[in-house]
Amino acid sequence: MGMNSSYRVKVDWVTISIYALLVSFGWLNIYAANYTPDSTAFFDFGREHMKQLVWIALSIVLIGIIFLVDSKFFVEFAYVFYAFTIFLLVTVLFFGKEINGAKSWFELGPVRFQPAELTKVATALSLARLLSRFGFDMSKPINMVKIGAIIFTPILMILLQNDTGSALVYFVFILVLYREGMSPYILFFGFIAAVVAVLTLIIPNVYIIILITITILSPLFFQGVRKCLFTGLLVGAITGAVVFYGTKLLNIALRPEFSLVAGVAALSIYLFYISFKKRLRVILLYILILWGAIILAFSADYFFDQVLNDYQRTRINVLLGLKEDPLGAGYNVNQSKIAIGSGGLLGKGFLKGTQTKLDFVPEQSTDFIFCTVGEEWGFAGTLFVIIGFLGLILRLIFLAEKQHSDFSRIYGYGVASIFFFHFAVNIGMTIGLAPVIGIPLPFFSYGGSSLWGFTLLLFIFLKLDTNRDELIR
Amino acid sequence: MGWNNNRGVFIGIFIILIGVIFASKLFVLQVSDPSYKLSAESNSRRMVVQFPSRGLIYDRNGRLLVSNQAVYDIMVVPQELAPFDSVDFCESVGITADELREMLKHMNNQLKKKKILRYKPSVFYKQLSAERYGRFQETQYKYKGFFIQRRTLRKYEYPYGAHVLGYVGEANKSLLKKDDYYTQGDYVGISGIEKVYEEQLRGHKGVKYQLVDVHGRIKGSYRNSRFDIPAESGENITLALDIDLQKYGESLMQNKIGSIVAIEPSTGEIITIVSTPTYDPSLLVGKVRSKNFSILRTDSLEPLFNRAVQARYPPGSTFKTINALIGQQEGVLTPGTKYECHMGYHTRALSVGCHNHFSPLDLSQSIQHSCNAYYCQVFRSILDNSKYKNIQEGFDAWKDYMVKFGFGYRLGADIANENRGFIPNSAYFDKIYNKNWSSLTVISMAIGQGEILTTPIQMGNMAAMLGNRGEFYTPHVIKSIEGTEIPKKFKEIHNTGIDTAYFTPVLKGMEGAVQGPDGGTALIARIPGIILCGKTGTAQNPHGEDHSVFMAFAPKDNPKIAIAVYVENGGFGARWAAPIASLMIEKYLTRSVSAKRAWLEDRILKGDLIHGNE
Repeated sequence: MGMNSSYRVKVDWVTISIYALLVSFGWLNIYAANYTPDSTAFFDFGREHMKQLVWIALSIVLIGIIFLVDSKFFVEFAYVFYAFTIFLLVTVLFFGKEINGAKSWFELGPVRFQPAELTKVATALSLARLLSRFGFDMSKPINMVKIGAIIFTPILMILLQNDTGSALVYFVFILVLYREGMSPYILFFGFIAAVVAVLTLIIPNVYIIILITITILSPLFFQGVRKCLFTGLLVGAITGAVVFYGTKLLNIALRPEFSLVAGVAALSIYLFYISFKKRLRVILLYILILWGAIILAFSADYFFDQVLNDYQRTRINVLLGLKEDPLGAGYNVNQSKIAIGSGGLLGKGFLKGTQTKLDFVPEQSTDFIFCTVGEEWGFAGTLFVIIGFLGLILRLIFLAEKQHSDFSRIYGYGVASIFFFHFAVNIGMTIGLAPVIGIPLPFFSYGGSSLWGFTLLLFIFLKLDTNRDELIR
Repeated sequence: MGWNNNRGVFIGIFIILIGVIFASKLFVLQVSDPSYKLSAESNSRRMVVQFPSRGLIYDRNGRLLVSNQAVYDIMVVPQELAPFDSVDFCESVGITADELREMLKHMNNQLKKKKILRYKPSVFYKQLSAERYGRFQETQYKYKGFFIQRRTLRKYEYPYGAHVLGYVGEANKSLLKKDDYYTQGDYVGISGIEKVYEEQLRGHKGVKYQLVDVHGRIKGSYRNSRFDIPAESGENITLALDIDLQKYGESLMQNKIGSIVAIEPSTGEIITIVSTPTYDPSLLVGKVRSKNFSILRTDSLEPLFNRAVQARYPPGSTFKTINALIGQQEGVLTPGTKYECHMGYHTRALSVGCHNHFSPLDLSQSIQHSCNAYYCQVFRSILDNSKYKNIQEGFDAWKDYMVKFGFGYRLGADIANENRGFIPNSAYFDKIYNKNWSSLTVISMAIGQGEILTTPIQMGNMAAMLGNRGEFYTPHVIKSIEGTEIPKKFKEIHNTGIDTAYFTPVLKGMEGAVQGPDGGTALIARIPGIILCGKTGTAQNPHGEDHSVFMAFAPKDNPKIAIAVYVENGGFGARWAAPIASLMIEKYLTRSVSAKRAWLEDRILKGDLIHGNE
């Protein structure tokens, strides 16, 4: 095996075209976001659009370098690269510059650089390297620990920098793990966990527990144990009632949800017994998920009240509509929705936006760049961006599936997942569907580190893709 | 090759689903809901914060103490500024050209430092008077980028109660960082009631969006006020304070340094809380605030210092009541216990002097005549009780009683900056005396001297506790809050663990000290027709003359008022503190002072301990 010595360029021009389109359109919007009618100096290198142009030019150089490197290099040096970026994350904690409360930037003269952007690439490479090892079995505990270490080390380091948004990105690797054979139950449980966590903040625990129990146990209804399920529910209800009225009679102050938990416990014990009697192991699994969700419901409250910062709590409250805060946390989203909404079907036209131009929207060239797209290009523009990103991500998955080498496929999924997360969270935030988490929109948000990070991420995969029919070792 | 993996397909479908959700939401935002579109491009929106008026404050008889007055701030949106006629501007605002230049410079500096934002309004000129406001409003269209914002300032109906009411000031940097609610220039309760009940008083800010044309003229509301949120004014609160008594207390304490704390024993409500020297709360409102504040801050008599909760003094002989209770509860003292006194308590090592009175005395008499020797005996028998292994254990047992009486820790009253006082424990003395100490070493605590320090509010609470025969509520100034309950902790009763029966001889002694017969330390405090129980104290002061202390409650059964008075450098308790407390009680219970005691009132009002004129 090995690489073909004559360098055959089978570059995927579809992806490159999407990349070029997004980067150019992104630059136009950065220019528009900073444009004011009275400013004439287009070629002022102190201005964001000119700086970004320099970054774009340098990105092309970077792409050239990536294509010159042998694909094997990325496999070989994945761990080294990973170690190096983790080292950078540690260093930035000590020597970094604090911007907007997060100590996650290096500053070298006029240039700022965020090492977390590089870590994303390194983590995707390392994960690919680990999972593609011959005979790698994900279900072995030791391997789970290894996967956990690779994903959670950067999360921990970035959390220490106080940059929650960038840390959350790493959770998207769960998609990669799912593709590579992780039990779908984990994904299912993760999904339930997210839903339960959100619900606990909105409705009281008592209803949550009832809801959880019904949702999780309802599949059992179709498992041919219908009769047992009814008996179990009866047992649970009686136990719950006994505990509830018993404690009341004895004058013991017990929160009502604990009577309910007692009822669910009785139900679980009964089902536990049934699962052995009828040799239905699957029931055990349901019981396990049920209790996991209940524990989560109780701990989510604690987490929300004790662990989160005030501002994080407010953001979540605003998103869930529990609290109105049009001047604080709600301000950005409100302004951003108005700006996007004012664009209409076809937009106000290039450089004609007023909402974004008049600085109503904060962070308009970085986190909220999508507002400029919405205002000046209208629904046509936003739809174009959405189709562009969907096209990019789906194309990446399509290409990943075509890879002969496991490493390339897994890395491809990593790239697709990271793009997906940034796309979903950033745009979701500007239209009020996701909490305000400060992460950039790839190729659109102003900033060299993120442009370079995403370019590196994408083009390493395109380089690997040129060897798609070979086994890269 | 290709789409041969189900999971890949599943992930793909999930991603498409998110894309479809986004596209639909954007379709709603941008196309199907036209109300988001602005009517004309040249129009812009301006966000005007609606400031709520602060809750009003009433006294226990429903009299308005604190209300609001309107002032007008000139706001600026820096990016909307256009050249304007500065002479005209200065004239209508009432400032000089230099001042305007300075203000613009300041604004640019703030912008550079990102303290204020180009697109958000910030305060340009504070507190325009009402007549200037009218004038500026008329010419406002000439000044693009400026507009008027209404705010409210506090207005004090009485010049009393400055310490307890506290004041309102601009939110400082650290608060702005900590709490999202506040923005630069917002007012917030800085001390007193204003601080403690800030969240109830402040209300909720609202917001109003206006459409403004290129000249800064208001064209109407934005999207039919759909996004507007009206301000909700703060909750009104009623204090337990009796403003008449507060006023009377402050006048009795004029030209004296010290404090009065009067509490209703059955509820723990603070009826009066005086700290002198004091100041008129109106001094700290509006434009004169910063000037006055620095005058008050540099005053050597420290008028900003709230002595009622922040000053620490030795309790003096008032403490004998407490030691009498502990002695009985510990079983080392009975009402019949008699000790001799020959002008004091004398051992080979040291002597504690006493004044001239008959000997021996029993428990009640010892309080009536405030015998030092008696309490040296009592205190030693508590500490050296054979049920304790050593002095450390004995002393800590005594200390535990102190804590139950509310000493040594903050009571948790709703008054800002409460001091916890000081009650040492055995470890404290172990350190000083290298573990080599005895009950004799700490004997001065028998009569309320030595290391122990208490605050006037703790003393007032002690008086209330004695009146209640062993129980007390955490003292509090709040009586009710409109729409909500007062904090639960003020409704919880605290028990000191002393049997009710043990109070009988102590209270009898306190009654005797005031009513006689055959002499008492506080006969001057006697009020015709009212049975007053009291105890004098003279707190030794290493820096000058002793502090005059008195602690009392009345009537003896079902007391309506308990009081503690401290007069710094006032000498004997009976000289200043006892008459002041007595006058306060009479005034509160009968709403007036009898003509027979006018001479006493006159003497107190004229007394000047600050400028050396009695």
